Amino acid sequence: MMHRFANPTRFVRLADRMLPWLFIVTLGSFAVGLYMALITSPPDYQQGDSVRIMYVHAPSAWMGLFGYMVLAGASFASLVWRHPLADAAAKASAPIGAAFTGLALLTGSLWGQPMWGTWWVWDARLTSMLVLFFLYLGYMALWSAIEDRQKASKAAAILALVGAINVPIIKFSVDWWNTLHQPASIMRQGGPSMDSAMLWPLGIMFVAFNAYYAMVLMWRIKAELAARKIETLRYNQAARQEGPAARQEGPAARQEGQAVLEEGS
Amino acid sequence: MAFFALIGREVRLAWRQGNSSAMAVTFFLVAVTLFPLGIGPELSVLARISAGVIWVAALLSALLTLDRLFQQDFEDGSLDLLALAPMPMELIVLAKSIAHWLTTGLPLVVAAPLLAVLLNMDSGGLGILMLSLAIGTPALSLTGAIGAALTVTVRRGGVLMPLLILPLYVPTLIFGVGAVDAVLNNIVAGPNLLYLGALSLVALALAPFAAAAAIRLALE
Repeated sequence: MMHRFANPTRFVRLADRMLPWLFIVTLGSFAVGLYMALITSPPDYQQGDSVRIMYVHAPSAWMGLFGYMVLAGASFASLVWRHPLADAAAKASAPIGAAFTGLALLTGSLWGQPMWGTWWVWDARLTSMLVLFFLYLGYMALWSAIEDRQKASKAAAILALVGAINVPIIKFSVDWWNTLHQPASIMRQGGPSMDSAMLWPLGIMFVAFNAYYAMVLMWRIKAELAARKIETLRYNQAARQEGPAARQEGPAARQEGQAVLEEGS
Repeated sequence: MAFFALIGREVRLAWRQGNSSAMAVTFFLVAVTLFPLGIGPELSVLARISAGVIWVAALLSALLTLDRLFQQDFEDGSLDLLALAPMPMELIVLAKSIAHWLTTGLPLVVAAPLLAVLLNMDSGGLGILMLSLAIGTPALSLTGAIGAALTVTVRRGGVLMPLLILPLYVPTLIFGVGAVDAVLNNIVAGPNLLYLGALSLVALALAPFAAAAAIRLALE
C-alpha cells in the first residue's frame, strides 16, 4: 500500500485527481464553519463574543500537533524504508505545521487579552505549544543549513525523531512545572460539556482545517518533486555543457580538443 | 579498554587545548553575575530566583563547549580514523559525551555552591543544588551530542546547534530547578530527582544511537 505511492508520477497523478475535491471541501467547510462560528453560534455566558476565537484557536493547535506527527511519521518512513516520497512529505509538512502552531500561539495570546488581562500567560498549554514551535524552527533551520539534499533530509529526519520522542516528555514536564507555579488555571480543565450549538461549528472548522492541511501538503509535495526534477535537469544540462571542457583534461583529450579547434580555424 | 583510552584522550585534549573546563566555569560565573546587575541587588529577589538562574546558566555553559565535541575531530580527520576503528560509533559517541561531562558538567557541579552563595540561596539548598546538577547534567551532555553530531558538517554549526538543542533541554531544566525549589520550600525533592534521573537514563540509552547515526551520515 505504502510502496504503491513510492512512485512520484503515480503520486502526482493521484494528487491531481484529489486536489479539486479537497479544494471544494476546504472552501465549503470554511464557508459554513466560519458562518456558524462567527454569526449563528451563541456567545458564551462568561466570555461573551471572545469565545469565537476558540473556533480558530483549537483547530490550529490540533493541526500544529498533527503536522508534527506527520513530520515524525514521514521521517521514520524515510529513514527506515528509504521511501522517496516520505522525506518530501516531511519537508512539506514542517512549514504548514509551524504556521498552524504560530496561529495557535497568536490566537491564544489574543484570547488571553480579554480573558486574563495580559497578552501572554505562561499557561501550560501555551508554553508547550511555544516549545513545539521552536522544535519546528530548529527542524527547518537544519534543512536549510545543509546543502546536500539527501544529507539534509536524513539529518532532519534524525532530528524529527529525537523531537518526537521529546514532545510527550516536554508536555509532561511543562504540565508538572505549571502545577507547581500556577495552581489555579483559569481555563476550565475538562469543564462543563459544550453545547451542541458550539460543538457543530467547532467540528466543521476541524474538518476545514484538516482538509486545508491535506490540500497544502499535497501542493507542497508536488512543488518539492517539481523542484527536484528541475534540479536534476539543470544538473544534466550543466554536465552536458561541461562535457567537452572536461574531456580536455587528459593529454589525449587535449590533443583531440586542439585538433577540433584547429579544424574550426 | 579502547573506550577508556578514548575518554582519556578527550579529557587530555580538553585540558591542554585552551582548557575548555576553565572557560565553561568562567562563563558560568560571568553569566550568573549578570543577573544581579540586570535585576538589582535585592537579596530576597535573588534568593527567590537563584535556583533557576544557576540552572539556566549551567545549561548555557554546557552548550558553549558542545560544538567542539565532534567538530575538531571532523576537521582534522581523526573522526574518520575513529570511524574505521573496531569500536562501534555509538560507543565513540558515548565516550565523547562522558568526556564532555567530565570536563564541563562536573566542574559546573563543583562551582555551583559558590554561585549559590553569591545569589543568597538558603544554605539548606546547596546540597540539593549540587545533587540535582550532578544527576541532570549527564542528560545535557548526551542530548547535546545529538545536536553537535547533526551540525558537524554545517559551517556555522555553533549558531544552529543551540536552536536544535535548547528546546530539548526544557524537561531537564524544569525538574532540576523543581528539585532545588522543593527543598527550599520544605517539600520532598524525591519525585523531581527521580524524573531528572530518568531523563539522564533515557538520554544515556537513546542519544548515542541518534548521534552515531548523524555522525555516520556526516562521514558518508
